[in-house]
Amino acid sequence: MHIPDGFLDLKTVAVTGLCAACGLGWALSKAHKELPQRKVPLLGLGAAFLFSAQMINFPVMMGVSGHLIGSALLAVLLGVPAAVIVVTSVLIAQAFLFADGGVTALGANVFNLGVVAPLAGSLAYRLVTLLVKDERGRIAGVAFGAWCSTIAASLACAGQLAWSGTVAWGVGLPAMVGIHVLIGLGEAVISALAYFAITRARPSLVEGSTGQDGQGTVLQGVLACLGIALFVAPFACPWPDGLETVAARLGFEHQAQDNHLSVWGDYRLPGIENPGLATALAGGLGCLLALGLALLLGQALVRRTRPESGS
Amino acid sequence: MGGIHFGSHGTEPVSLRRTAERPAPPFSAVSPAWKLALMLVLVFTTALLPVRFIAWHAGLGLLLLSVVFMGRIPLRPLLLRLSLVLPFLACICLASALGPQGGPDWRTLALRGALCTGTVTVFAAITPLGTLPLLLRRLHVPPLLVTTLALMHRYLFVLMDESQRMRRARESRTLRGGRSRTWLLSADVLGRLFVRASERAERIYLAMCARAWK
Repeated sequence: MHIPDGFLDLKTVAVTGLCAACGLGWALSKAHKELPQRKVPLLGLGAAFLFSAQMINFPVMMGVSGHLIGSALLAVLLGVPAAVIVVTSVLIAQAFLFADGGVTALGANVFNLGVVAPLAGSLAYRLVTLLVKDERGRIAGVAFGAWCSTIAASLACAGQLAWSGTVAWGVGLPAMVGIHVLIGLGEAVISALAYFAITRARPSLVEGSTGQDGQGTVLQGVLACLGIALFVAPFACPWPDGLETVAARLGFEHQAQDNHLSVWGDYRLPGIENPGLATALAGGLGCLLALGLALLLGQALVRRTRPESGS
Repeated sequence: MGGIHFGSHGTEPVSLRRTAERPAPPFSAVSPAWKLALMLVLVFTTALLPVRFIAWHAGLGLLLLSVVFMGRIPLRPLLLRLSLVLPFLACICLASALGPQGGPDWRTLALRGALCTGTVTVFAAITPLGTLPLLLRRLHVPPLLVTTLALMHRYLFVLMDESQRMRRARESRTLRGGRSRTWLLSADVLGRLFVRASERAERIYLAMCARAWK
């Protein structure tokens, strides 16, 4: 999901850079106040871990392979502020040393993957662990958090691309979100399995991961939603908002008719006239479905190892 | 917060530079801040100056060549890096030459692109990566971020080697496996890698404390 150079126009580069700087500044000041001294090296090692973890490829299907994104997993393991710093460091190194993601798009990439994704992942994790309080809930929370973080980051990415006029909203949204619904499923499974391996190898690493107050989580959730809304709202709301939106809406209608992206087509609900409402309902249903799958995964993993640990 | 000083020697990743003893890099007396500032000025001026100021471009080319030869910069890595970037530039120039009219002239693109790429490559060759944390700290980047970047750069290749070894060990002990088995094993490697990284972080913290880090 790394945006390369040349895909964003100047105003998007400026606004995303500002947003990323604000998010990073918040994370740095929060970590400076709350992170214990002995955890400071863990940030650097966590970044080195994430970098090498992203090099481990998983076979998906038909020769395509994927890798861990890791924003949500780190947000659960280290806390949101630490995850923001770690993912940002990795993105900086990828942009400057390995030419993965553009230098001008660094702000956008940091905002999507480094700020929005950990916030969304952590929020989803908190919600699931509030519902189901035992180990199953934590694993399901990691899986659902990973899925949500991928979707949230791809939403913000589609919004930025549309805002720059690179890819029309009507084309970019189904393409980005449609493919990331699937990528998110892979990310959810990898994250949950890795989290599970960590709990089995060293439970003490996971214990501190739930120490966050509810008020902070709500605030962070609101911030994450605002962050996405900033880039999505110009296209999602029905107000006549200039030539760009009209073109995007025309593109959307056109796309809805020829409908070759079957992934998104499957999520479209029949019988509802308003496309915005249908999309929202489909998104809600998709979320519920992913939540159910995550809970099943947690259940299956915990049950699979229970006889072994008993014997 | 933050007081680790990374010299230009302790930070060289083992797997990249195996030759341990080499003389101090050329132009190391010049502070990295000045090198960075000079590089930015040269690149932006070259990119923005109209191409008819041919004296500037010729002068910059001469400057780069003299830096390379006076500093005795090893040519092989320099040419390797250039050969990674220049094909892209060639593609862009070709597209501009054959494409529809109205864009910039391909000769302008080639001249500017080659000079800017050369400037960045030469300056990268005379600025060791290990001096960047000091530069970032001087530019008032928050110390927590600088420490994270420095530690990431130091341990990145260590952890990559470690994950390679873990994977190889896993593969040599696993006879066969379908896709789901690969996923389970790779996720296990990921989990263990995180555990090892955090154990290493604890040892590093103790070592930093022993060296009076606060």
